[in-house]
Amino acid sequence: MSRRLVLMLGGACLLALAGWGLPMVVSDYGQRLLIMGCISVILVASMGLANGFTGVFSLGQVGFVAIGAYVSGILSLSVADKAAYLPDLPAFLAGVQMGTVPATLLAGAVCAGVAVIVGLPLMRLSGHHVSVATMGFMIIVNSVIVNAESFTRGARTFTGVPTDITLPVALIWMVITLALLGRLIYSPIGLALRSVREDTIAAQAVGLSVLKTRLLAFTVGAFFAGVGGSLYGHYLGSFSAQTFFFPLMVSLIIMLVLGGMGSLSGAVVGVVVVTALSEILRNLERGMDLGFVVVPPLFGASQVVLGLLFILVMIYRPRGLLEDRELTSFGRKG
Amino acid sequence: MTDLEFILQQAINAISLGSLYAMVAVGLSMVFGILRMTNFAHGDMMMAGSYATVLLTVAGLPFGVAVVCGVGVSVLVGVLAERIAYRPVRGAPDVTLLLTSLALTYVLENLAILIFSSSPRAMPLPDWMGEVYSFSDGAITFTGIDLCATVLALCSLLGLGWFVTRTTTGLGMRAAAEDMAATALVGLNLNRLIVTAFAIASGFAGLAGVLWAAQSGVVDPGMGFSPLLKAFVAAIVGGFGSIAGAVMGGYLLGALEILIVGFGPPEISPYRDAIVFALLILFLLFRPGGLMRPNREIKL
Repeated sequence: MSRRLVLMLGGACLLALAGWGLPMVVSDYGQRLLIMGCISVILVASMGLANGFTGVFSLGQVGFVAIGAYVSGILSLSVADKAAYLPDLPAFLAGVQMGTVPATLLAGAVCAGVAVIVGLPLMRLSGHHVSVATMGFMIIVNSVIVNAESFTRGARTFTGVPTDITLPVALIWMVITLALLGRLIYSPIGLALRSVREDTIAAQAVGLSVLKTRLLAFTVGAFFAGVGGSLYGHYLGSFSAQTFFFPLMVSLIIMLVLGGMGSLSGAVVGVVVVTALSEILRNLERGMDLGFVVVPPLFGASQVVLGLLFILVMIYRPRGLLEDRELTSFGRKG
Repeated sequence: MTDLEFILQQAINAISLGSLYAMVAVGLSMVFGILRMTNFAHGDMMMAGSYATVLLTVAGLPFGVAVVCGVGVSVLVGVLAERIAYRPVRGAPDVTLLLTSLALTYVLENLAILIFSSSPRAMPLPDWMGEVYSFSDGAITFTGIDLCATVLALCSLLGLGWFVTRTTTGLGMRAAAEDMAATALVGLNLNRLIVTAFAIASGFAGLAGVLWAAQSGVVDPGMGFSPLLKAFVAAIVGGFGSIAGAVMGGYLLGALEILIVGFGPPEISPYRDAIVFALLILFLLFRPGGLMRPNREIKL
């Protein structure tokens, strides 16, 4: 048996063990953190594909997360709930009720479709123009969600989505996402993505179509953003347009950039570091009694510290903690 | 109400709104012109200035004095932001600059929530500002705030125009926007020019913030956000980096929004944000240099 196969089988066994064993040893609170962490890894890694590997820094990924959550929510809401919450839904949607898995995959497909349409014009732009334009896309999505009352309940909370994302389920989705993205990134296509980032003109000169390459990354990223959004929706159960707006975008970006945009394990590292830091800071901001002095609670201080930290990273390590390396490549030479 | 009166009323609304957008967009455009930085934290200068104004008015200072001090606080925050966060990353790639300013917004907004709490606070206004002037039997009305916003915007923008064309510092700022290295080579103090640009930009933002808060009657930590996004659109429509373009873009955007709300079919008016940002994307694609610099190429 090849070494690779052993590794894969071993990984699968470990995963099964973790999925079966973790819920027994970790507290409810810890489980929530871990589930959120897995979903965040999916979202951050999907963002990294376009933003880090092709160098087209999109601020609009959260728009796809929103589309994913709503599409999957509409598809998997029970028929009775639909009649109660979304009475104006067109007939072809009103009678549909799907399980979480097909709804999630369909949500991803819808996002990929939207990404092709949006990306065809937008992926021609570069630098900060593409960031501002994709941010515009996110705002348009938000505006449409708030106003398309018959599909989304408008500004009110969308509720009734079955909450069936348990820790093993989230883990499996995360591992599949990372495996697929890893396959793509460390293949000839991934090489094309990186060469487009490093030197657009040289990439064109050797015959790469820059637009096609960027569009591919954008579309695949959008697919996984939609999948992550759907899982997020199924985890929360109820959400609103505000759930998928600037605050979520900023926190995902902090995770992405802190970990290192050009690295898949950077997404994992970013999520772990930011989650751990936020938890520590959130406990600190409740205030404490140090014996000689009582620190008053400072709610919101954790975000301030996180933001300052991010500025420091931008100044001293703008390419993130892992830069372009993967965790698996540290032992090797070259 | 006759058609003419209706049109005049909408024109007044458009000018009043456009004045605010223009004042915010000008600062955004100045900073972008020199540093090539999309400054997300610009909206927080609006917030800082209006909070300072509210606190000083409540503390008993006359309104005019409070506004001047409030704008001063905006300038101070802007200069500190440049010194602490932006100077160390100067010259870095586009995205690093953009992310730094995004992080700074996050810090400033949460700091404001920490200090002032996230609930909105009422803005005390002097009587003359709230006064309603009405003509032709109430068919055309505007408030002291509308008048004040328009007059202040015109005066300050004309003043800025004089500053950047007639003074050494202003000319230096324009030179830096053209070519930073050459500006330093001919012996101009680049740091001083950039700090001046930030001070002016933040001052404009502070003034616009006070007027914005006066219009809505309240201040809150996230208040700078929505006008900032509109100012982005205004600055890009006008041509990012061009001061005259930003002013033009601001008034155009004000007119467009009022047009959608006042004249468009009622079903589309809730979508006005979507329309405005669709316009932004169209401009980026087909006229990336904006109205003022149509020939600049940014596409592949």
